[in-house]
Amino acid sequence: MMRMRRPSAAFWLVLPAMLLMGVFFVLPIVASLLLSFTDFDLYALARWDHLRLIGFENYRHLFTDPLFFRALTNTFYFVALGAPLSILASLFFALLINQRMVCGQGFFRTVFFLPVVTTLVAVAVVWRYLYHPRSGLLNYVLSLLGIEPMDWLGDPDWAMPSLIIMAVWKNFGFNMVIFIAGLKSIPRRLYEAAEVDGAGAFDQFRSITLPLLAPTFVFVVIVTLIGYFQLFAEPYVMTQGGPSGRTLSIALLMFEEGFRWWNLGYAAAISFVLFLIILSGTLIQMCVRRLL
Amino acid sequence: MKPLNGGRLLAHVILLMAALFTLFPFFWMVSVSLMTVEDMALFPPPLTPVHPTLKHYQVLFDELAMGRYLLNSTLIAAGVTMSSLFINSMAGYAFAKLHFRGRDGLFRLLLAMMVIPSQAAMLPLFLMIKQLGLINTYAGIIIPGMSSVFGIFLIRQYLKSVPDSLLDAARIDGAGEFRIYRSLILPLSKPVLVSLAVFTFMGSWNDFMWPLIILTQEDRYTLPVALANLMGEHVQDPQLMMAGAVLTILPVVLLFLLLQRYYLEGLVAGGVKD
Amino acid sequence: MAQRLTNLMLKLWRGSLVAFLVGVLGFLGCSSEPQDTPLSFWVLGGEGEAVRLLVEAFQQETPDVRVVVQQIPWSAAHEKLLTAYAGDAMPDVFQLGNTWVPEFDALGAVEPLMLSAREKEDFFSGILDSSTVHGRLMAMPWYIDTRLLFYRRDLLLAAGFEAPPTSWSEWLLMMESLRDRTSGQFKALIAPLSEWQLPVILGMQSGASLLDAEGCFGRFQAASFRAAFHFYIELYEKGFSALMGDAQMTSLYQDFADGRIAFYVTGPWNIGEFHRRLPPSLEGVWATAVMPGPTGPGASLAGGSSLAVSASSRHKEKALALVEFMARPQSLLTLYHATGDLPPKRSVWSDPLLLASPPLKAFRRQLDRVIATPKVPEWEQIASKIVLYAERSARHEMTEEEALLGLDRDVDRLLSKRRWLLSGACDQGRAP
Repeated sequence: MMRMRRPSAAFWLVLPAMLLMGVFFVLPIVASLLLSFTDFDLYALARWDHLRLIGFENYRHLFTDPLFFRALTNTFYFVALGAPLSILASLFFALLINQRMVCGQGFFRTVFFLPVVTTLVAVAVVWRYLYHPRSGLLNYVLSLLGIEPMDWLGDPDWAMPSLIIMAVWKNFGFNMVIFIAGLKSIPRRLYEAAEVDGAGAFDQFRSITLPLLAPTFVFVVIVTLIGYFQLFAEPYVMTQGGPSGRTLSIALLMFEEGFRWWNLGYAAAISFVLFLIILSGTLIQMCVRRLL
Repeated sequence: MKPLNGGRLLAHVILLMAALFTLFPFFWMVSVSLMTVEDMALFPPPLTPVHPTLKHYQVLFDELAMGRYLLNSTLIAAGVTMSSLFINSMAGYAFAKLHFRGRDGLFRLLLAMMVIPSQAAMLPLFLMIKQLGLINTYAGIIIPGMSSVFGIFLIRQYLKSVPDSLLDAARIDGAGEFRIYRSLILPLSKPVLVSLAVFTFMGSWNDFMWPLIILTQEDRYTLPVALANLMGEHVQDPQLMMAGAVLTILPVVLLFLLLQRYYLEGLVAGGVKD
Repeated sequence: MAQRLTNLMLKLWRGSLVAFLVGVLGFLGCSSEPQDTPLSFWVLGGEGEAVRLLVEAFQQETPDVRVVVQQIPWSAAHEKLLTAYAGDAMPDVFQLGNTWVPEFDALGAVEPLMLSAREKEDFFSGILDSSTVHGRLMAMPWYIDTRLLFYRRDLLLAAGFEAPPTSWSEWLLMMESLRDRTSGQFKALIAPLSEWQLPVILGMQSGASLLDAEGCFGRFQAASFRAAFHFYIELYEKGFSALMGDAQMTSLYQDFADGRIAFYVTGPWNIGEFHRRLPPSLEGVWATAVMPGPTGPGASLAGGSSLAVSASSRHKEKALALVEFMARPQSLLTLYHATGDLPPKRSVWSDPLLLASPPLKAFRRQLDRVIATPKVPEWEQIASKIVLYAERSARHEMTEEEALLGLDRDVDRLLSKRRWLLSGACDQGRAP
C-alpha cells in the first residue's frame, strides 16, 4: 500500500515544477535549435510562407560575419581579464577578512557584498557618470595626479576595461562570500598542527588552504565563467556595444539580431554557439576538478 | 584584544580603503540625486550637495510615473517569489525525501541544465508568450520564472538534513505526503524558504533583459526598464537619473541589510555544500 | 528579531499567495475587454509636451475618444516599434521615421491613408514621396527633419569668412583655418560617429544611389560614394572633428556655447534647443546654412516623421480622425511653436512667424534640395552597417577600400531575403 501511494504523491509534488520547466525552458531550447536552421525574420513574422529551411546556412554565415568575430573576441577578452580579476579580488578579500585578527568581519562582508544585490542598470547610471570624460569624478582624480583626462567609454581600447572594472566592483563580493564559507570549513586544528611543525604563513597557505579550497575554487570558476560569458546588460546600458563595436558581446549581438532586427533564425544560431562555448568551458572545468 | 602590530594595521587599512571604494558609487549616487543644476555646474564637482533639494524625486513621481514602475516591479517580484516558493518547495521536498523512479537521474539532469544560458531559450520563448497573448503583461514575466533549478536544489539540500524518522513518525500517524508537506516540511524549512524568497525577489527585481523584451508599454515597465528608458531620454539630467537609480536600488538594499543572514546562508548552501 | 521576521514573512507569504492568484486571474481575465479601451498613441523623442496640448485639443473636439500618449526616446524607437509589432502589441496610432515606412509597409503593419489631390498638393513633394510606398500613402507626414549646417557666425568672422560655406572645398578651407587658429579642446565640427546621416547625405550629394535601382544589392563601392566616403573620413583624419560617439554629445550645448565647436550638421529640432539652452547673448551669433555640396549648395535628406495608423488597430475610424487632426495646419503650427518642428505643408509656411525666423530661411531653401533614402524595408539595418564601417575606417581599423567592400558584402547579405522575395526583378546579378 505504502509503496503505491508514495510515488503518486511524489509525482504530483514534482509535476508543477517539471511542467513549467519543460514548457518554458526545455521546449524553447529545442525550438531554438530548430529555429537556427531557418531564416525566420521580419518577413516570416508577417507571413508564414516567407519562412525557409536553410540548413546550416546561419552557422556558415556566423563564421564569415565580422561582427560575430568581434563579439566573440570581445566576450573572450571580457572573460579572460574580468573573471581572473574578479576571482583574485574575491579570494584576496576573503583571506583578509577571514584573518582572526580582523575586527568588523561582518561589516566588511556586508559592504563588499552590497554591489552584488543592486540593480545593474541603476549602478550603470552612476558609473557612466563617473567615467564621463569632462564632468566625471574619475578624470578629476586623475588630473590631481597629473594624468591627462581619458575618454573611458569612448576610447575603443579603454571601453572594455572600463566595463571590466565596473563588473569586478559589482561581482567580487559574491565569490568572496563563497570563499569565506570555504575557508571556514577548513578545520582550524590543521593550522594549529602546522604551526607546531613550524610552518610559516605562506607554507600554511600553500599546503593547507589551497588544496582544501580547491573544490570551492572550481565551483567559483565555473559559476563566474557562466556568468561572465553571458555579458549583456553592462554594454547594453553603458556603451550600446560601441565604440566601433569594441564592447559588443555575444549575448548583446544575439539580442540585437533577435530583438532589434528580428532575425530570429540567425540570433538562435548565435545563442546556440554561446551555449556551446559555456558548455565546453564548464566541461573543461569539471575535468580539471576530476584531476585535482 | 591583540596588539596593533604592523600587519594588523595594514590589513585594516586595506579593508577600509576597499570599503570606501566599494561604497563610493552609492554615496555619489545619493549625493548627486540631491544636487541642484547649479551644484552640478561647479568644478571640481562638490562631493555633497551645496543646496540639497528633493526636486528630482518629486519630478520622478509627478511627471515620470515612478510610482507606477515601483508598483510594477513590486507586483512582479512578489508574484515570482510567491509562486516559486510554493512550486520549488514541493519539488524540493520530493527530491529530498520521497523515492520515485528516475529521481536521481532527473535531478542530475536539472543540475546540468544550470549550465544552459537563459538567452538560448529567449527567442522561442518570446514567440510562445506571444501565442499565449501574454506580451506586455505581468504574467509574461512571472510564469517563466515560477520554477528554478536553483530553488529546488536549495530546498532539497536543506531538507536532506531533516531526519527521516520524523517523517516516518508522521506517516505512521496516517498523514499523507501533502499533509506532511504542509504541516511538517513547510514550518521546518522556514529559514531556507526565507533565503529562497530573498533570492528570488532580488533576482526578479534586478532582472533586466526579459522585462525589456516582454514589456512594450510604458505603464507596465519595471524600474530597471524604465531607468534604461530614462537614460535614453534625459541624458542631460544626471540628477534625475541618479534619483531614479537610488529609488531602484533602495528596496533591494534594505531587504538585503535586513535579511542578509538568510541570503548569505542560502548562497553558501547553494555554493559550497554540493 | 530574525525569528519574528521569518514568521512574519511566512504569514505574509500565505496571505499574499491567495491574493496574488486571485489577482493574476483577474488580470488575465480583464486584459481582453474591447469596450471603451483608449486610443494608444506613441510619439518619439522630445515632442511630449506639445503632443499633450494637441491631444487635449483633439479630445475637446471628440469627447468620446480617450487618447493615451506614450513617449519613446528616439534611440530606442525603431526597436520598440518592431518589438510591439512582433508581440502583436502595436499602438493604434504611432509616429515613425519616414525612412522606416517601407519596412512597416512590408510587414503589413500600417493602414494606407487617403488624401484628396488638393491636400496632396499642399505637402512638399519630396516629403510626401518618402512616406509613399508603391503609390500608396502609408503614413501622414507630420514634420520635416532634413539636416543642414548650424554654425557660429562669430568664429567664422574671426577667421576671416563672412559667409557660410557653399561647397565642400570652401567648407574644408574654413575648417582648416579654424583648426590652425585655435588649439586645445576646439574642434571645427562636431560629427558623432554613431549617426549614419552625414555620410549618407555626402554620398547622395555626390550622386550615389547607395543601392542598385531595384534595391537588390549594395552599391557603396561606386565611385560617387567612394569620393563622399573619403571626404567624410578626412573630416576626422584632418582633425576637424573628434572621434566620438554618443557619450560626448551630453555636453553638446555647453560646447557650442563655449565656442568649442563651429559647425554642426543637424536638424530643425535643434533650433528650439539652441534657443532654449544657449545663453541669450548668442542669439544671432549662431545661424543656419544650406548644406554645402561637392561643387555648390548641396542636397540633404528628405527625412521627417510621419504618423501611421496600425493595421491591427481595433479603432481605425478614431485613429484616422486623430491622424487627420494632428496633420491640420493649425496643429502643425502649434507643434512648430512648441518644439520648432517644421511643418511639411506649404500653406503653414506662409505664417508670418515662420517667415520671420532667420534660422528657418536656410531650411526653407534646403527643402528644395532633398533626396529620399532607398525605399527598402532593410534600410534601418543598412544604416546601422554604414555607421559600423564608417566608424571602423575613421578609427583606422580598416582602410576606406576595405570598409566599402565589407559594407557592400554585409548589405548584399542583408538584402538576400528581399532578392528571394522579388525573385525575377533582381536577376541581372551582381555586376556593377
